[in-house]
Amino acid sequence: MQWSTIYNVFVRDFRKQKKRITLTIIALCWGTISIMLLLGFGEGLHRQLSVNGKGMGEGISVLWPGQTSLPWKGLGKGRPIRFVPEDVDYLKNKIPELKEVGGEYHRWGVSIKYGDKVVSEHINGLSPNYQDMRNHIPAAGGRMINDLDMQYKRRVVFLGNKLAERLFSDTPADNDNWFQESPLSKEVAQKAVGKEILINGMPFTVVGVQIHKMQMNSYSGMDADKASIPATTFEAVFGDPWLDNIIYMPNDVRRMKEVERKVFEVLGQKYKFDPKDQRALGIWDVAANQKEMDNMLFGIKLFLGIIGGLTLLIAAVGVANIMYVSIKERTREIGIKMAVGARRGYILTQFLLEAILITFAGGFLGMFISIALTEGFKRVNIQSEVLAFMGRPTISIEIGLVVVAILGVMGIMAGLFPAMKAASVSPVESLRYE
Amino acid sequence: MSNEMLLAAQKPVLTDNVISMNNVRKAYTTGKVTFEALKGVDFHARRGEFLAIVGPSGSGKSTMMNIIGCLDIPTSGDYVLDDQVVNKLNSNQLADIRNRKIGFVFQAFNLLPYATAYENVEVPLLFARVNARQRKERIMALLSRVGLADKVANKPTEMSGGEMQRVAIARALANEPDIILADEPTGNLDTKSGGGIVQLFHELWQSGKTIIIITHDMNIARQSGRVFKLKDGLVDTNGNGI
Repeated sequence: MQWSTIYNVFVRDFRKQKKRITLTIIALCWGTISIMLLLGFGEGLHRQLSVNGKGMGEGISVLWPGQTSLPWKGLGKGRPIRFVPEDVDYLKNKIPELKEVGGEYHRWGVSIKYGDKVVSEHINGLSPNYQDMRNHIPAAGGRMINDLDMQYKRRVVFLGNKLAERLFSDTPADNDNWFQESPLSKEVAQKAVGKEILINGMPFTVVGVQIHKMQMNSYSGMDADKASIPATTFEAVFGDPWLDNIIYMPNDVRRMKEVERKVFEVLGQKYKFDPKDQRALGIWDVAANQKEMDNMLFGIKLFLGIIGGLTLLIAAVGVANIMYVSIKERTREIGIKMAVGARRGYILTQFLLEAILITFAGGFLGMFISIALTEGFKRVNIQSEVLAFMGRPTISIEIGLVVVAILGVMGIMAGLFPAMKAASVSPVESLRYE
Repeated sequence: MSNEMLLAAQKPVLTDNVISMNNVRKAYTTGKVTFEALKGVDFHARRGEFLAIVGPSGSGKSTMMNIIGCLDIPTSGDYVLDDQVVNKLNSNQLADIRNRKIGFVFQAFNLLPYATAYENVEVPLLFARVNARQRKERIMALLSRVGLADKVANKPTEMSGGEMQRVAIARALANEPDIILADEPTGNLDTKSGGGIVQLFHELWQSGKTIIIITHDMNIARQSGRVFKLKDGLVDTNGNGI
């Protein structure tokens, strides 16, 4: 076989049929774009949901005091249970499976003042381990409350990002919506640190601002709107003897249920209630929630996978159809070429080359356009609660390559078979084809 | 001087048989039905002959043409073309024979619709691996010879039927084949352009080519040196003198 002959014929015909080739490439490109965007948006949604579900913290349980509903050791039911700050260490000592335990105070409607701005917000007293358990992560230039703050009952405050924006930004964003994405501006984070604010008229120094995080669930409002001070300071300043919540995180999240039982036993012993009394303590197993969430996410992923697969199938059929028709309608051309002396091998090689070039040009073009679109989409800053839930489309190059390869192989086969058929029958029959 | 006498006067010296068919049969099978288009035909053409194959529709003319032109091979019987036994050749060898020894002219022209006159004539040259410079020389010479020097860059859609058939003839001549095989070359043309095409075949014949025209136009058949009649897949021995 003479490659120069094939090359000459190929280049010549390719140039002659720009319109047909361009249209075929566009069709292939569109198929690739649609499936890649579908998968990309699916992946973005999946990631966003799994991130949102973890904003409040991972692998934790939240406790709040309840009322006994069963009589126990001579004590009647309906007795309120209250947590004291000592319960935190007590739990930690009694249950070695616990990695972290923290107590928390709440107070709503506290006036917070900076300069001439006054807001009425939610104050939290908490411990440094909230950084790990509850994702109270400081933005660059700041810090979370630390052990020394606790020890010396320092008047320091760690601000939620939206609260910081309201106090320190000249153009605070509309804060009506909890889920509204409001990335913390760098200036505000830096401006706030080291400043004095007044909480109920008492001066506090801002030590850090929380980074922006997506939080989908909460038990006392969104962290972005809160001001957090050391639990010890809170006790001293507000004279609050009872903890509002205790949060704990086991070493191994798989032993959550076992730890929960122990918590009921230990606290039941201390406060004299039946460890089986479910209403003595309120408990929210966030990890179990997350497990449900993970199952749901898996469901979504499966669903998207099936849709993606079916779309790929449709796209592949479409591509195969385009290639089939475009080669089929050249049956006569094949007949003419064979009549004037083209060998079968020339015809097949030419069509194979064409099919490869067209399908891969279309496929890669589509892939690059999809990537460009999603990258562009990521960079545009759109304030939208829909986006906060849907996430940004994410395309993986691997999936793209698989899509292009499958479509390419389908296209090539669909192009090659009619070409093979046209080249294998006698030229007379191909010439007769209309 | 009558046309026939003119032809006789200019007749080149006929030498050996360039085409030799012995008891050629061709059967087509469609589903369960087998149709025998040629039922044992003997046919010989000498080098430099101008001959017409005539016969009514369904007589096997086109099958004859396909077999002579190596577009198809006989089911049985021998076909020798230029000392080569065609029915023993593989598809590549057949392609090479079509490329170099035979020039086809079809009723429907069969030009590549997207290519210019120049590019259409170029096709057989590409398959014959003629280099670019020689290709250009030959194509220009051929297109001037058929009177289309000014239509080099025209596509088939921009030409008349007669012009398209001239391009097809130029293409048939591209690799300087010995045999020109034409299947109803004037069938799609008006009388005037058809006459021009027949005239062109005469000129080619005079330059030494073997011309075989399949037709049912008796006017054209009469202008040939010999008429070969087919009827129902067999040689019609009656009335060969037209």
